[in-house]
Amino acid sequence: MIGNDRLAVRKTYKLYVNGAFPRSESGRTYEVTDAKGHFLANAAEASRKDARDAVVAARGAFAKWSGATAYNRGQVLYRVAEVMEGRHVQFCEEVAAGEGLSASKARAAVDAAIDRWVWYAGWTDKLAAVLGGANPVAGPYFDFSTPEPTGVVAVLAPQQSSLLGLVSVLAPVLATGNTAVVVTSKERPLPAVTLGEVLATSDVPGGVVNLLTGDAGELGTWLAEHADVDAIDLTGAPSHRAMEFEREAAGTIKRVLRPPVTEPDWTADPGLARMTPFLETKTVWHPIGL
Amino acid sequence: MAGMTHVLDPDALSDDARALSVPLPPYRDVTRSDSAFRAFLHGLPGVDQVGAEARVAQLGSRSIKTTSKAWAIDTAISMVDLTTLEGADTPGKVRSLAAKAKSPDPTDPTCPRVAAVCVYGDLAGVAREALGDSGVHVAAVATAFPSGRASRAVKLADVRDAVQNGADEIDMVIDRGAFLSGRYLEVYEEIVAVKEACGDAHLKVILETGELVTLDNVRRASWIAMLAGGDFIKTSTGKVSPAATLPVGLVMLEAVRDFRAATGRQIGFKPAGGIRTTKDAIKHLVLINETVGPDWLHADWFRFGASSLLNDLLLQRQKLRTGHYSGPDYVSVD
Amino acid sequence: MTSLFEYAPAPESRSIVTIAPSYGLFIDGEFVDGTGESFPTINPATEEVLTEVSAGSEADVDRAVRAARRAFEKTWGPMRPADRGKYLFRIARLLQERAREFAVLESLDNGKPIRESRDVDVPLAAAHFFYYAGWADKLEHVGLGTQPRPLGVAGQVIPWNFPLMMLAWKVAPALAAGNTVVLKPAETTPLTALLFAEICRQADLPAGVVNIVTGAGDTGRAVVEHADVDKVAFTGSTDVGRSIARAVAGTRKKLTLELGGKAANIVFDDAPIDQAVEGIVQGIFFNQGHVCCAGSRLLVQESIHDEVVASLQRRIGTLRVGDPLDKNTDIGAINSREQLERIRELSDIGEAEGAQRWQPAGELPERGFWFPPTVFTDVSSAHRIARDEVFGPVLSVLTFRTPDEAVAKANNSTYGLSAGIWSEKGSRILKIASHLRAGVVWANTFNKFDPTSPFGGYKQSGYGREGGRHGLAAYLTGADSK
Repeated sequence: MIGNDRLAVRKTYKLYVNGAFPRSESGRTYEVTDAKGHFLANAAEASRKDARDAVVAARGAFAKWSGATAYNRGQVLYRVAEVMEGRHVQFCEEVAAGEGLSASKARAAVDAAIDRWVWYAGWTDKLAAVLGGANPVAGPYFDFSTPEPTGVVAVLAPQQSSLLGLVSVLAPVLATGNTAVVVTSKERPLPAVTLGEVLATSDVPGGVVNLLTGDAGELGTWLAEHADVDAIDLTGAPSHRAMEFEREAAGTIKRVLRPPVTEPDWTADPGLARMTPFLETKTVWHPIGL
Repeated sequence: MAGMTHVLDPDALSDDARALSVPLPPYRDVTRSDSAFRAFLHGLPGVDQVGAEARVAQLGSRSIKTTSKAWAIDTAISMVDLTTLEGADTPGKVRSLAAKAKSPDPTDPTCPRVAAVCVYGDLAGVAREALGDSGVHVAAVATAFPSGRASRAVKLADVRDAVQNGADEIDMVIDRGAFLSGRYLEVYEEIVAVKEACGDAHLKVILETGELVTLDNVRRASWIAMLAGGDFIKTSTGKVSPAATLPVGLVMLEAVRDFRAATGRQIGFKPAGGIRTTKDAIKHLVLINETVGPDWLHADWFRFGASSLLNDLLLQRQKLRTGHYSGPDYVSVD
Repeated sequence: MTSLFEYAPAPESRSIVTIAPSYGLFIDGEFVDGTGESFPTINPATEEVLTEVSAGSEADVDRAVRAARRAFEKTWGPMRPADRGKYLFRIARLLQERAREFAVLESLDNGKPIRESRDVDVPLAAAHFFYYAGWADKLEHVGLGTQPRPLGVAGQVIPWNFPLMMLAWKVAPALAAGNTVVLKPAETTPLTALLFAEICRQADLPAGVVNIVTGAGDTGRAVVEHADVDKVAFTGSTDVGRSIARAVAGTRKKLTLELGGKAANIVFDDAPIDQAVEGIVQGIFFNQGHVCCAGSRLLVQESIHDEVVASLQRRIGTLRVGDPLDKNTDIGAINSREQLERIRELSDIGEAEGAQRWQPAGELPERGFWFPPTVFTDVSSAHRIARDEVFGPVLSVLTFRTPDEAVAKANNSTYGLSAGIWSEKGSRILKIASHLRAGVVWANTFNKFDPTSPFGGYKQSGYGREGGRHGLAAYLTGADSK
């Protein structure tokens, strides 16, 4: 038995990029505290170059992830929920510390996050039926529309809800077949790093999810301007910067999910509203003849 | 000796026909075996039916007016194979048709004569006599027309008989049964044999496209007929519906176009069956004009197999000439 | 090759249209004088001035938006959905009744051949209204929850290539969803939109539901930037699309963009060649190539390159370029001098970069704006004519060796609106279609449109879809939409 006097082995919190856990190439870290201001950890502070590397990784992972069968993607995502369940205690501790929640409220948030992940995992092979279909054109053609992933999605994750909020913005991006570059909550990044460990030990291919701890205000610009990013979710953008990011995103006609005025209640039924912005509709025509 | 072969096997090709049966370069070796021929025919580009139909629909919307309409009507008249193919045909009926062929509109000497009179082989002699040296050709259907279901000996005898009776054009039918069961070389060899039996008579090969059904089949059958030495490829007997549709015409014209481009030999085209109005005829002329070009806009290379079409062309011609609409009493009943 | 068979001129009569000497703006159910300058609209085939139209000022746009807001709040918004549908059915029928008039006017103002305005533009415009009319009382089935709501006032800015059809694509779904609209037609092609105003009157459409404000870029900007517009829909160039996206940033305005394209038309060696050649012609020469989804990059398998190019040239030789009102014309006039100059400039660059220009023999009319159908061979992916949208009758021919290379080259573009695939092999078509980053993939056909069929781009070709159920989502909000 380990006695109470044992000195704990602390975790080094790093970025999660292309399936690996690098430190920021800039060498920067910042201090993460709990809700009461006590030191928790030094998080890696991602830089412009880390964001660039993350986009390269996400682009590289896109073909395989988007090309996987919907059933396969569903199972891979479900597996993430299974592994999250195994880290339940750790998530609860990090959420409670970071968000200043009671143990029961933290537990509720973690439960909801895992359930949310399962909910999205179940969507992968239903989207085409719900959002696509055959179009009865007035002519001898078979014409059908299917939803397809937009590509690389930059996600500025919510600043408040460090796990449920993160899962609520990340899972829909993955369920739809996109790959993601996520800037986590700056002040509450620890559950995100743990989620990265979950992803790394589940079946999600490296590069599909890239988690950058750091400042959304700083990294948002690089991601909004990046020509190889197809869409950006501004949920966690500093409110005074969101409009600027949207303008920058216009340069390459990115799909933009605008931020809510205040951070929403993440326990509400999400509907399709976080999936459709990152889906393209492809329509295919073919003649019908002998 | 050619004769010897015939003594042993009356259906076999003569040595001359064998020489003829080698297709023109660059296709000399495609008929070397059943499988080679099949591979060749199935290697021809496919035809997308919807695309072909869309193309002819667009061409069908061409608006042919005034001087171009007058030219088209006269040209169409000169391309008509005026046809009667009824069990009830008599010498009298054929003579009456021949008279009309020579002088379609007796009130107007500027009206061109038609290209040919088309009859069953037994009446070819009557037609030949009635047409004399008018320049109107005598076309006879043969090879157990329209079904083509007879032994090869009977078909060849049918051809020789028609030629002997005075036909200078033979309209044969291909063996659709053989074609549809994939015996392409058999279809080919029969055309070669018929061509030989024709002697100097021109050979039109009827594909009976209504029974081939798909445009891919129409393209393959066109190539069989052209490689075998047919002078014309013809859509239909007129006894099967659908007959001369515009998509079929498009595909057959593309075939003669491509065949000339590859071999240098020009093959004629004859749609037959279902072409009844001036509008139908003009659509075909437009189709020729924009698919193969003016080289085919002559009775040597294009014919209409039709019976009632001529009267409609004459009515429209009168309308253009007089400025008012004419009526059925102003053209002859045949 | 001169033909024995010369088609005599077959002009459609223009007597069916009456063009007034000048036009005002259609605001709140009335034609009113604009407060801005007037400008001429010309027939691009003859450079004849057809009439003068008003350049809507900011004040005019404001008036139109206020009229639209009132109509949204007082009449159109509260109206029974089934009745909104009936108005749209009426409009569809009126467009059909006056189809010939619209077709002739469209060809006069735009320069497109009457065959196309008659057989494509106008019938599709009517079909769009008919289709969305039926949706008006079925919005709970769109997929946005049980109570989807209209957005309010839609500001719509449309291009000059399909003036009436683009109007229909914008106005029909907006009204069916319960919105009211302020529409800005293109500067060079305002006339069918103004005739459409007359249709609205004949339909007794309540005042302010549709407002039409003519003008140029400034007028469009005023529509997009008006603070009381809830939704912006734009079809046009990617450059303008970018500036619109910037302008609406940080606002509540919902935005859909249908922008440029540089579509690859991929021809495999097992293609139905004759139909493929026809499809290549349809793909690039339809509407003089003034088509955002035009198949302007021909990607042909190297083994059949020479055969396809030869067939293509022969076929192009039969295209009839000339009087847009002649029923036998295949290629009409370039819409404007400005566009003609852009086409010339890019073609000259193509030649300077080393591509081979081919154009069929034939005279072009002396007056008006004309550019012959043009094929560039020896084009490489790096050439500007292979990358920039020419928006004219100019085809660039490139080759590929393997399916992977075809896909890589097809996707090597900042655009992603449409693509074509020609092959007789079904499994290959589906595989290639799934790998193309383009919103519309035409397999063994090209440039087909239908109101039931969603249309719109990937990447910098824009976002949002027009047509089908998807087209309504752009004009509604519900629990499931933002």
